Amino acid sequence: MEIPYTVEVRRDTGLTNGKIAIWLFLASEVMLFGALFASYILIRSGAPSWPRGDTILNVPLATFNTIVLISSSVTMVMAWASLMRARFGTYRIYMGATILLGFVFLVVKYFEYSHKFHDGLYPGTSNFLAIYFTLTGLHMLHVFGGMVVNAYLWGPGAKLWKTNPVWLTNRVENSGLFWHFVDLVWIFLFPTLYLL
Amino acid sequence: MTSDHAAMAGDHAAEIDRHVRVYITVFVALMALTIITVAVSYLHLPVPIAVTVALLVATVKGSLVACYFMHLISEKKLIYAVLVLTAVFFAALLALPAVTHSSGYWIHE
Repeated sequence: MEIPYTVEVRRDTGLTNGKIAIWLFLASEVMLFGALFASYILIRSGAPSWPRGDTILNVPLATFNTIVLISSSVTMVMAWASLMRARFGTYRIYMGATILLGFVFLVVKYFEYSHKFHDGLYPGTSNFLAIYFTLTGLHMLHVFGGMVVNAYLWGPGAKLWKTNPVWLTNRVENSGLFWHFVDLVWIFLFPTLYLL
Repeated sequence: MTSDHAAMAGDHAAEIDRHVRVYITVFVALMALTIITVAVSYLHLPVPIAVTVALLVATVKGSLVACYFMHLISEKKLIYAVLVLTAVFFAALLALPAVTHSSGYWIHE
């Protein structure tokens, strides 16, 4: 049975079902991260003292990762724009770059985490580290999840281009919306955890 | 190239070119704002001012990503409706810590 409204838009909403679905999912994600941010504010404002992030965490590495993630957002949107212009080869290059940049982000995070563990700093060490590992850990899972979907759309999922190019373009747009959201979360996590 | 491909390319090429120029401008702005965020942190401003500046810059950066990369600047009404509802609940969630403190629910040991 054919899935409805993947390519054509619904007349009542003016949207494809996939796009509504991804935005509803992102709304739930806002609440998930919102709950953790609220916990952070509650724990921090209730603490007698709170360390500045840069006394414990590596700001240059996190700045580098911020640049990496913002760049990956640009390559992601360029991947979608390439499909809109029917340039499949360029799409592959930009999507590949997005996946690669996601991988770089995770590798840098791995080194950051390893360094902390090496220094005996674990989630149970302090409230600051508990909230740091929870928020960045959850964010890392999102980066990984986005990479899996993007890898599918770069590899086996890209075959759809031959039979239904508009559907693939819509899928890439929806995957992009998730990827930009992950970038957006990091934009707030970076100053909150590392710089304040 | 199939007829679908050709139609997509023909209809949108000029518009997409314009989009791409905007994406590059936004990218440059995001990089500049990242540098500003880090530079300001080295000034060691008092905490309330530092928090305000950092969150202000992050909000501008987040808005740029949402408006241009996520195309919220020209989206359908239904998505705006979903996001307004989300924003209300998100604000309520972030207000909870303040309410907890002011209403005396916070236990001071």
